[in-house]
Amino acid sequence: MSDLELITLFVFNIVVYSIPLLYGTCGEIITEKSGSLNLGVEGTMAVGAIIGYIAGCRSNSFLVAILVSFLAASLVGALFAFFTVTLQANQNVTGLTITTLGVALYFFIGKGLSGMGKWPVLSSSDKMVKGFKNIEIPGLSSIKFVGKAFFTHNILVYAGVVMAIVLWIYIEKTSMGLKLRAIGENPAAADSLGVNVNLYKYIHIMLGSGIMGIGGLYMGLNMSGSFEGSNCWINGYGWIAIALVIFANWSTLRAIGGTFVFGFFNTLIYYNGPLANQFPHALGWLTKIPSQFYSALPFIITLIVLILSSVRKNSSSGEPAAKGINYYREDR
Amino acid sequence: MADKTELAIELKNISKSFGSVKANKNINLTLRKGEILALLGENGSGKTTLMNMLSGIYTPDSGSVFIDGQQVTISSPEDSVRLGIGMVHQHFKLVERFSAADNILIGAKNKGHFLLGKNRYKEIEDIADRFGFKIDAAKIVANMAVSEKQTLEILKVLYYGAKVIILDEPTAVLTVQEIKKLFDVLRKMKEEGHSIIIITHKLNEVMEISDRVAVLRKGEYIDTVETAKTNEKQLTELMVGRKIDLNIDHPRIEKTKPLLEIRNLSVNGDEGNLAVDKLSFYIRGGEVLGVAGIAGSGQKELCEAIAGLRKIKDGMIIHGGVNIAGLPPQKITEHGIAMSFIPEDRLGMGLAPSLSITDNVILKKYRKGKGPLVDRKTGRAEAQAIIKELDIVTPSTEIAVRKLSGGNVQKVLLGREIQSAPNVLITAYPVRGLDINSSYAIYDIINQQKLKGVGVMFVGEDLDVMMALCDKIMVICHGRLMGVVGTDKITKEEIGLMMTGVLNTVNAKEGKTAGIARDSALTAEEWEEGLEYAAERAYAEEDDASGERGRKAMTVARGRSTGSKRKEGADS
Repeated sequence: MSDLELITLFVFNIVVYSIPLLYGTCGEIITEKSGSLNLGVEGTMAVGAIIGYIAGCRSNSFLVAILVSFLAASLVGALFAFFTVTLQANQNVTGLTITTLGVALYFFIGKGLSGMGKWPVLSSSDKMVKGFKNIEIPGLSSIKFVGKAFFTHNILVYAGVVMAIVLWIYIEKTSMGLKLRAIGENPAAADSLGVNVNLYKYIHIMLGSGIMGIGGLYMGLNMSGSFEGSNCWINGYGWIAIALVIFANWSTLRAIGGTFVFGFFNTLIYYNGPLANQFPHALGWLTKIPSQFYSALPFIITLIVLILSSVRKNSSSGEPAAKGINYYREDR
Repeated sequence: MADKTELAIELKNISKSFGSVKANKNINLTLRKGEILALLGENGSGKTTLMNMLSGIYTPDSGSVFIDGQQVTISSPEDSVRLGIGMVHQHFKLVERFSAADNILIGAKNKGHFLLGKNRYKEIEDIADRFGFKIDAAKIVANMAVSEKQTLEILKVLYYGAKVIILDEPTAVLTVQEIKKLFDVLRKMKEEGHSIIIITHKLNEVMEISDRVAVLRKGEYIDTVETAKTNEKQLTELMVGRKIDLNIDHPRIEKTKPLLEIRNLSVNGDEGNLAVDKLSFYIRGGEVLGVAGIAGSGQKELCEAIAGLRKIKDGMIIHGGVNIAGLPPQKITEHGIAMSFIPEDRLGMGLAPSLSITDNVILKKYRKGKGPLVDRKTGRAEAQAIIKELDIVTPSTEIAVRKLSGGNVQKVLLGREIQSAPNVLITAYPVRGLDINSSYAIYDIINQQKLKGVGVMFVGEDLDVMMALCDKIMVICHGRLMGVVGTDKITKEEIGLMMTGVLNTVNAKEGKTAGIARDSALTAEEWEEGLEYAAERAYAEEDDASGERGRKAMTVARGRSTGSKRKEGADS
């Protein structure tokens, strides 16, 4: 493999590994913009992943897989909304419960099916495989290096970037987005002007969760749908997504860049060896670092990001002021 | 009784309970078209609750609401907006991070307004113009002064086509000049046919602005009277339920030399902004120094800095010849400085709400106890003494403080602080949210302390009260000193101008700078040396969190005060 080929492959994989984070992060951003802190990203992604995958394989349709993962995850979101909006339960505790529940559901369904020998194999669903295969964007994909690295990806990669841009326009530039932000900042203000606060919260918590679910499906397909009893497909990405929300300063546009940083470190887990071999003089030291460190790296970076962003205090922060606080109109 | 069609709003037998508390009991109220009705009552009399039922925040348990003679049900703010009712809440319902225009547009129905265009600022400014307001629609609310925010709230209400406008304590946060402007706006709106309800407990304002006055007392409707046919005395009686003397005592005693001297004090706020800016002032024993300023002018930061709860950026605080700046709170307490600060939510600082009165009293002095166990017996006796002395209404000393009424909570806090026999008492908003009787009880406590020779710093909100109670008033604006003036030598209007920073009297008197005592405890050189050192330290250790600041300055001052015999009297 030539130097350029390896680097192209490396960058290509950064994109592959960052996009599920983009779904998780964007889903959480739109949830938090409504004033709800949903710590259940990991569980929500897990549910969207496994249910969407199974439905897709059974029906042998990629579209069904996407729709079902969105629906299943948004139902998990509805559960979160029911507890925190309708019943006014503590958001942190509910979110953690959602994570536990979601991941448990994932293993329950997965182990159940594989135990009975009924686990659907991706390769036997030809249309699913076809739907997830890489698409070359005519024209752009033939650009040297850039084309291979950025414009020969599966449909969910392109859709993810488009989604992030559309969400940004929706949140920042539309009157519905204005209402949403108002609820996240000061629900009483929005309520006093006749905005249906609870409806908005339900819709956006469910929308956000649904988007997370698609990110989960992506991760499952990326693992070729192989179920192992010990590791969840999501593998902690949900938690990184929550940290990324802070890193992206609650902007879905900035989330695109933010996920790439984390994608880089995730890709390094698999590419430190090849990179060291290819460039022994410049990058030979990469293999001297134990592999466990690479696996821990994304989480270490998350920690550093959280520390840095807590230290940074500025008024331009996009953090919704009422995030994490339940709203009850008659509160005195 | 007016003809039904002349009534904008009629409330019949409205009741509302929160748990076992009856906030409103069978209230009847009428609002005529094109009038200004003052809704008068003490705190906790149910004014805001009643109005919140018109704005859709609460729904009544029973009773009926008529608007323009039609019976209606208001079950949400949306209904209220649709029925042409708009309310300007006491705590503004604004999104701090949004522009003025966006705050107004939050509730706009998206008819062809899917995208937020750049032209929305112009549109809102045009609409504001039509109502006679000049606003900067692109200005972010967080950067607005209180009066601007209020204007925005009023504009918001008008934008949604309100015919009935309710204002909840609109003057509480305004200066005298701003109140005048607000009243002009209200009169203009009245001329244009709006009906207005203004909630207040300030009698002079009621007399000035209203056509009629409706009085509530303890959740019950008392009466509605024509303003022209009543007077402040009668209104007070209606409000309180019996005759009351409205004069605040102002006893005088000989003042001592300055007890607490503050020079060049700078303190940062929570956001890293400069909240107190090179402030100099002093308090003598036997005087009450009022601190006036618009809300958020650095009062809180100043109090916390003196009590040792907030890091001091620069400057000196001299007590008994010693610099106490940077000492831990406990040491400052031992110096005889006591602080009672009543924050907006009343319970936030000073008392542990779930603990009993006894435990709250012990909190301040448990260190003095012998052995590892808390001496509850002495604590209980002291709690009983406070209860007796200050007439606190409570079933026992063991009841959780949060279960007491506001006035009693504040008496417990003040009582505990006084009990440590301070020589400087700092009290901020001690009558916040109290009814007239409790307020007067607190004024009495303050006066008693003053007569004992204690130096009292009184951070207040109500200028009328401060003019009557204080000997001198220090006015601050954005944390900067605007002047220290004797209450017998100044008018409310002048203080208002100083609060907004228009008038500065610091150097008004020849040969005397306001806030700097002639008979200071330190000589001019000592001040200079100490301040220089404090400034050096501040510069060198910008982010040093240790409480060592000004240690040398302190030693310098202490050395002087103990070592050499200082001239009594004037140094400068």
